[in-house]
Amino acid sequence: MPAVTIALKDLRQRIRDRSAFLWGIVAPFGLAFIFSMILGGVADTSNLDVTYAVADLDGGEMGRAFVDEILRPLDEQGLFDIEFVNDEATAESMAERGDVDAAIIVPAGFTDAVNSGAPAAVSVIGNVDTPILAEVARAIASGYADEVNAVRTSVYSLIVLQGEMPDDSELSALAAAARSEPTPLVVGDDSAASKVLSAPTFYSAGMAILFLFLAVQFGVLGLLEERQNGTMGRLLAAPIRRGSIVAGKALTSFVIGISSMSVLVVGTTFLLDARWGNSVGVAILVLAGVLSAMGIMFLVAAFAKTPEQAANLLAIIAFLLAMLGGTFFPVAQAGGLLAKISMLTPHAWFLRGLGDLIGEGRVGAVFPAAFYMVAFGVVAGLLALFRLGKAVAP
Amino acid sequence: MRRPSKRGTSMSGLVLQAEGLRKSFGEVEAVKGVSFHIAEGETYGLLGPNGAGKTTTISIVTGLLEKDAGQVLVDGREITTTTTSAKAAIGYVPQDIAIYPDLTGRENLNFFGHLYGMRGRSLSDRVDEVLEIIGLAGRAGDRCDEYSGGMKRRLNIGIGLLHRPRLLMLDEPTVGVDPQSRNAILESVEQLSDAGMAVLYTTHYMEEAERLCDRVGIIDLGVIMAEGTREELVSVVGERDRVRLAATGHLAAAEEALRRLASVEEASVRDDGIDLLVRGASAALPSILEAAARSGAAVTSVDVDEPNLEAVFLHLTGKALRDTGAEGEAVDEKEASSEGDREG
Repeated sequence: MPAVTIALKDLRQRIRDRSAFLWGIVAPFGLAFIFSMILGGVADTSNLDVTYAVADLDGGEMGRAFVDEILRPLDEQGLFDIEFVNDEATAESMAERGDVDAAIIVPAGFTDAVNSGAPAAVSVIGNVDTPILAEVARAIASGYADEVNAVRTSVYSLIVLQGEMPDDSELSALAAAARSEPTPLVVGDDSAASKVLSAPTFYSAGMAILFLFLAVQFGVLGLLEERQNGTMGRLLAAPIRRGSIVAGKALTSFVIGISSMSVLVVGTTFLLDARWGNSVGVAILVLAGVLSAMGIMFLVAAFAKTPEQAANLLAIIAFLLAMLGGTFFPVAQAGGLLAKISMLTPHAWFLRGLGDLIGEGRVGAVFPAAFYMVAFGVVAGLLALFRLGKAVAP
Repeated sequence: MRRPSKRGTSMSGLVLQAEGLRKSFGEVEAVKGVSFHIAEGETYGLLGPNGAGKTTTISIVTGLLEKDAGQVLVDGREITTTTTSAKAAIGYVPQDIAIYPDLTGRENLNFFGHLYGMRGRSLSDRVDEVLEIIGLAGRAGDRCDEYSGGMKRRLNIGIGLLHRPRLLMLDEPTVGVDPQSRNAILESVEQLSDAGMAVLYTTHYMEEAERLCDRVGIIDLGVIMAEGTREELVSVVGERDRVRLAATGHLAAAEEALRRLASVEEASVRDDGIDLLVRGASAALPSILEAAARSGAAVTSVDVDEPNLEAVFLHLTGKALRDTGAEGEAVDEKEASSEGDREG
């Protein structure tokens, strides 16, 4: 088996120069760790230390309802801390100094405005350093405003139907009754939510597939290095088929790719708390990912004349595909053409396949993603073989 | 020292037969109908300047390069680029050092041994044997990037003879080698030939061809212009000796006088003396010295060279071997080989 002999020689060289270890394990694991620490914290509120300043300048029924029924329960659940202040200026300066992540101000006359049908607004002043947490505060205020509007609409409808204006006590009772009614319509998204990868899982998978493309490059680079070093002539003079040389290089890529992904899956599971799902499904995704990476990287390298040129080209393509494929951020959310282009990358299918596997919990969920990844690999690989056949020359 | 020709004593079996080899790279015809053969135990030299077609010829014979026409038989089996098992009879030593620098000498030998189907004890024993032959037994466990240039050259040759090939092809193995390593390489080739191995040796060094080769093919511009033993080739230019007189005084007058001597065929003045082409130099030397002295030239030393392959090459091509030995031509030929194969 000359191909195995060549692959074993290549692997010995790669282990000795530590390049495969660096690109296949250290770099992806390190980046996954960094990304999940930095960006994962935003989504995982258990790690957050969020504080909002609240100034209730209204003192009326509607202001107290916002504070007591909305904000206090969230504070008691431990989602964030509330610091009550007595005036708008203090709240605003706390947000500007960065003492709190946002200041929520219920203006004076808020209850009267709501009851009289006049415009009423809860203000949110954000901390520029924590824009996402300020958005969360705005979303809370907006949710309360929507509820107030719904109550006002229902009470107004009743007044129109009765044809007479109730007195203040009746009006308050009606409003309280309307608020206590459960929301009739909610949008359930349990299924989609279960397919969303946790931050450690997303970045572990994203970095793994990104660096897989760099790890498998060593096989095809070896082919170009044999030419550059003059050893290709020796291989061609040996009693072996030319195809064995290419097969040996492909085998090198395959072994490095599978090893890299396997170590990352196990390592990120235990060290970063990534959840990869069913192991058979993950194995299918990894295998398909490796095949797609091999095909595409061999095709890219087939257009290079030297190992240096190939390495540069491969790095550019690997990062371009990774960005388009959504390994750094979910490009598909941009919609339109970019979302369509994203699905032309194995990276997007790998992440989608993993989401489907985790969401549906069955091995078959990965088949569509695996099919597309293998298809990318086979098509690119066949094109690469056509060109690399000519590169196997002294 | 010139080794005695074994021609006539070991021609029983032809190991290599190359017939009508042709190869073009685009518009350039690099090899134009080259034919030669090598018998068991014979060392055959392809002598020519860089760019003459030596590397292209050896690449075709080794099965590295697709030929346009012709046939190569090694041990009676045809060699092409798609041949596999028949190539096991060939040991190839490329011009450039072709080893893996990040592997040890032993690992390099083991790897290529495996490619030639060697396994287990027989491989490890043979690796030890080759390491002894090339003088690297003490450094076998060191990475090759820690070797000197001469040690790398020796390993380069060791890989070629590891599998005991019937035919060993060495493509200019002494280019860029220090004199000590060069001598060691030449001695190794002599020993292999003495052990019965057929050797194809390309070089542009006349001295190496004269020392090693039983027969020599003089190649230039892709054509073998003459072929035979040293004696046969020298007879092409006749038994004329080259006499170099180191002299001062009236050199032009001396040249004129020397030309008039019956034994002198050619005479030319150089900066520090006169070069002569003479029939029977030993007998003619007294009259040469007397004629020079009479013309007012003071001869300080005399060198007499017997006819050699350099003279043969000069006679056949009109140019000296060393005058045409530009490194760039070798590179051009190699690049042309590579490009041609890709196009082909």
